[in-house]
Amino acid sequence: MELIAFYILAAIVTVSAVCVIAAKNPVHSVLWLILTFFTSAGLMVLIGAEFLAMLLVVVYVGAVAVLFLFVVMMLDVDFVELKQGFLSYLPFGALVGLAFIAEIALATFARGADADSFNPYPGAENNAEAIGQVMYTDYLLLFQLSGLILLVAMIGAIVLTLRHKPHVKRQNIAHQTARRRKDAIRRIDVKSGEGL
Amino acid sequence: MSAFIQEHGLLFGWLTVIGQIMLFTIVLLLSLAFLLLMDRKVWAAVMMRKGPNVVGPFGLLQSFADFGKFLLKEIIIPAGANKTVFLLAPILSLTLAFAAWAVIPVAPGWVVSDLNVGILYLFAVSSLGVYGIIMGGWASNSKYPFLGSLRSAAQMVSYEVSIGFIIITVILLVGSMNLSDIVSNQSSGFWSWHVFSFNHVLLFPVMLVMFVMFFVSALAETNRPPFDLPEAESELVAGYQVEYSSTPYLLFMIGEYLNIVLMCAMMTILFLGGWHGPIPLGEDFVANFPLWVVNLGHLAWFMAKVVFFFFLFALVKAVVPRYRYDQLMRLGWKIFLPTSLAAVLIVSGYVVYMGVQA
Repeated sequence: MELIAFYILAAIVTVSAVCVIAAKNPVHSVLWLILTFFTSAGLMVLIGAEFLAMLLVVVYVGAVAVLFLFVVMMLDVDFVELKQGFLSYLPFGALVGLAFIAEIALATFARGADADSFNPYPGAENNAEAIGQVMYTDYLLLFQLSGLILLVAMIGAIVLTLRHKPHVKRQNIAHQTARRRKDAIRRIDVKSGEGL
Repeated sequence: MSAFIQEHGLLFGWLTVIGQIMLFTIVLLLSLAFLLLMDRKVWAAVMMRKGPNVVGPFGLLQSFADFGKFLLKEIIIPAGANKTVFLLAPILSLTLAFAAWAVIPVAPGWVVSDLNVGILYLFAVSSLGVYGIIMGGWASNSKYPFLGSLRSAAQMVSYEVSIGFIIITVILLVGSMNLSDIVSNQSSGFWSWHVFSFNHVLLFPVMLVMFVMFFVSALAETNRPPFDLPEAESELVAGYQVEYSSTPYLLFMIGEYLNIVLMCAMMTILFLGGWHGPIPLGEDFVANFPLWVVNLGHLAWFMAKVVFFFFLFALVKAVVPRYRYDQLMRLGWKIFLPTSLAAVLIVSGYVVYMGVQA
């Protein structure tokens, strides 16, 4: 049963991953990518890493891929131009792909491919606990350092793009909420026949 | 007989699961028909109108009439639309809305799949709901739907963050991500419900604020008024669903309302004690009745709470004026995010130093 499920999911992952690079429309590529993410979450559930699977869906499918889709949809893409230069990029792409496969193979052979060897804390009650042990106890310093690096990157991006133009009207929320009825409304007795 | 079941155990299990799914689907769709009517009736009552009152007694069959009308109309697909994605979007939106219900426990043990990471699954599936909207808006190949879907995506992604943190406060208190565990942590009367959490009195103000924030975030997450900017009719005609007609539109609408009911169910489970009544009846008294009667009583409490929240959703729609988009973003990022983050700090500090969990 598990084997059948594995082969179905694996087939979908492979086909959709190929479609990511084969699709002509970039938006379709991103949609295929989302299917790939989602199905690999299914594979993770199969090896018993349900916490990681849910995180993959929440973080990558629910947030990162949405922003991807956002950017790609708003790009003004010229399909003809996109196809040019494919051959000149091919060797470089193949090299990257080969390096990637080699790395995965190395990691797999070094640790052995059975599912148990991927469980970092065999004694932990569930996988949320196991990941928590590794991330927040064993490697706390590295975890916090990576958080700091992300913070620096975020501040850098904000500093690079934030500029206040002088003559642009801006919303000042404090000013808006501080406004009371007597600041905005005046009652005037208009005499009939005279107007204001 | 037992040998038969053992021999065909797998098949039997599959059939039970399929039966449960069918039951959930049918009950949900039927109750949705009446909840839709209730939404319109409440809205009408606030405006001192009568609301739908022609089809059936008190207009009870209005939703079924609407259903028939949607099905019988012609499906119009715009010429410039991306046909596959255009039709995939409403299907996706409906499927995800139903899929989330797989982990909702409506009474002790009455759940399709009692997942270990149930609350995370709910969060994941509800965060996927945004795809139906983005795909629909993009595939329509038209300006208003596209703008509507962009607004909607930004809004949903923003409010997911605060919803996530609020869920974390509850998980910290319970010490489990299983929805049934979360409910049974609130079993000893209304004072143990997470809204009040009187058994951790120091956390009472925090959890009350979290509950209110969850309600507001749920409004934003489901694109309900006052945060219905994705379909602001004064600016965007009807947002991402402008080009949709007939059955695809119906699927979008059912998906949207299912998500609203799902949010009501989530609030019930996370904060209002799920299937537990406000005052525990005592085990000796409960033992007088057969199990299914007790479970039906639990189911009744669960449904009453969900309907109560749905009533609040409907009331808010009628009473509150629409937000401006920059105010919406400000509320999400500058008020809800820091507050919920602070609450996570406070609750985790409390859990560690007061030794709530083992």
